[in-house]
Amino acid sequence: MGQQVLNAIFIGSIYALFAVGYTLVFGVLDILNLAHSAVFMLGAAITYSLVVNYHQSFAVACVLGIGACAVMGLVIEYVCLRPLRRRRAPPIAALISTIGLALIIVAAVEQGRPGSAFAWLWVDGANSVRFPPDMIPNPTWHVDGLTLEATKVVIVPITLVLMLVLGYVIRFTQFGRGLRAVAENPRAASLMGLDVDRMIVLTVVLSSALGGVAGILFGLALSDISPYIGRDSLEIRGLAVIVLGGMGSIPGAVAGGYLLGLIEVLALVVFGSNVRAGVAFAALFLMLVLRPQGLFGAQLRERL
Amino acid sequence: MDFILQLLTDPVGFYSTHTLLIAEIGINSMLAASMFVVLYSGQLSLAAPGFMAIGAYTSVLMGNYWNTPLALNLLVGTLLAGVVGLIVGLPVLRLRGVFLAIATIGFIEALSLGVILNVPITGEGLGLKNPSADPLGGINIVLGSLAVIVFLMWRLTKGRLGHAWEAIRQDELAALSQGINIARYKMIGFVISALVAGYAGGLESHLNFFVDPTEYGVPRTVQVLTFAVLGGSGNVFGPVVGALFLTTLPEIVRVPNFDYRDVIAGAILIVVIVFRPQGIVGRGGLAIVRPRWWPRTSRASSPG
Repeated sequence: MGQQVLNAIFIGSIYALFAVGYTLVFGVLDILNLAHSAVFMLGAAITYSLVVNYHQSFAVACVLGIGACAVMGLVIEYVCLRPLRRRRAPPIAALISTIGLALIIVAAVEQGRPGSAFAWLWVDGANSVRFPPDMIPNPTWHVDGLTLEATKVVIVPITLVLMLVLGYVIRFTQFGRGLRAVAENPRAASLMGLDVDRMIVLTVVLSSALGGVAGILFGLALSDISPYIGRDSLEIRGLAVIVLGGMGSIPGAVAGGYLLGLIEVLALVVFGSNVRAGVAFAALFLMLVLRPQGLFGAQLRERL
Repeated sequence: MDFILQLLTDPVGFYSTHTLLIAEIGINSMLAASMFVVLYSGQLSLAAPGFMAIGAYTSVLMGNYWNTPLALNLLVGTLLAGVVGLIVGLPVLRLRGVFLAIATIGFIEALSLGVILNVPITGEGLGLKNPSADPLGGINIVLGSLAVIVFLMWRLTKGRLGHAWEAIRQDELAALSQGINIARYKMIGFVISALVAGYAGGLESHLNFFVDPTEYGVPRTVQVLTFAVLGGSGNVFGPVVGALFLTTLPEIVRVPNFDYRDVIAGAILIVVIVFRPQGIVGRGGLAIVRPRWWPRTSRASSPG
């Protein structure tokens, strides 16, 4: 049980990191960026490629991987979101264009085999791979019958530090004030002299970089990197997390991440592994029906 | 390219070689029509695969255990899907926009992961065999039903019900102030959508010898949503065109020794939605980019 709770905290941290990126974009643009899970996967895949195929050190690979995700954020904004904003398309159109981009990213990695056009990016096709074990030291401690692996334990401080920095930036810096203003009312923000487009670019880039970090940590902790990790493990759970915490709320996304991790572990312990995923979604369903604003969503904007 | 060439030069041969593809298009078109009803009444509901699963499992189980005729199986499956739609709709339809979307995702995931995979009679994860399936003979029923469904939808949207739905979609508050019973009309739309999806699910199970529990998840719902949005949800023909276009797209871009179908499909998805956010069959005729002199229509009216 103790080990299970620990695992809940580790996986909950990854959920939280992933969902914060999701919720940032939703908070500012009112759009669900469904390419986020593909960017998450890309972060892990590029870092793996750099370490294994290009023989870079893990640190360099991480920086480049996260950078690549940030660049992918630019692609999301300039290809999927901005043209639709210009045409005043309904938000649902952006849902479709980001699905299209996610399809491209996943297919590109999936087709990456030696000799294919994407071999420079990824060579393992649809297989699941893991980082080489000797890449970074992984001391393991045994306390009270619990196993603590360094690669998993570090997730928690990394997540918390990133969240604190993000909270500080959003609350106290000029960029954060601008971001909140755009989230509140883009039109009023632009009348106040804010460059709304620039704010949106920065938001999407920040969100994608966070997604990349989450992807790398996921690959490190769960030893599973494949073209499908984002789509299968995180996409819908990320939705559940931001709903549990309240759409658009960053503390909510963090709390929701840990909460979902705990719910899943409890379901696993109480009902067995078959029911685990179903219970998470039943919780999501109940939350929406009983308290649609989520845990931290006091500022739910009623649309009627 | 062979695909289009054969369609143009040898339609009869095309029909016999691609019967299964045509049946798939028919099923997808019905699902698109089901998605159309909810979108037309201003609800972003993604519950269709859940109702499909109910229709499919009910009709196959009845056929396997009681040897009842297909028509009765389909009828019971469809009605059961409608009843479940009514029960699920009661709490869920208070939600709007993306919240409704996520709640319905919670419903389908809880249904497939929590119920279908855990109830012995459904064959759990192994799926369900359907020895009485008729892949080739079923196509006539599919095409006939599709014509009836599309015609009924078209009539419905032209009548009193359709006007009420349109009013609700454009502005709920205004519709309410005109004395339209919003909850009732939304529920009617939701249940009709559930009935159509349940029927399509039952029919699809008649085309396959095997009911696969993984078919009824989020990827399916995203696919159906893409049909409806890409085709344009202004009238019922849009989603059907979307289903036709997207189901045949992989066949059209199928070139020997070329594995990048999904990359191309994703790119086409983005290009189409960016240049025609209102859908293929939408306002503005067939112009790809609206000319400057084209009269500006009122604001975008899709929900989301």
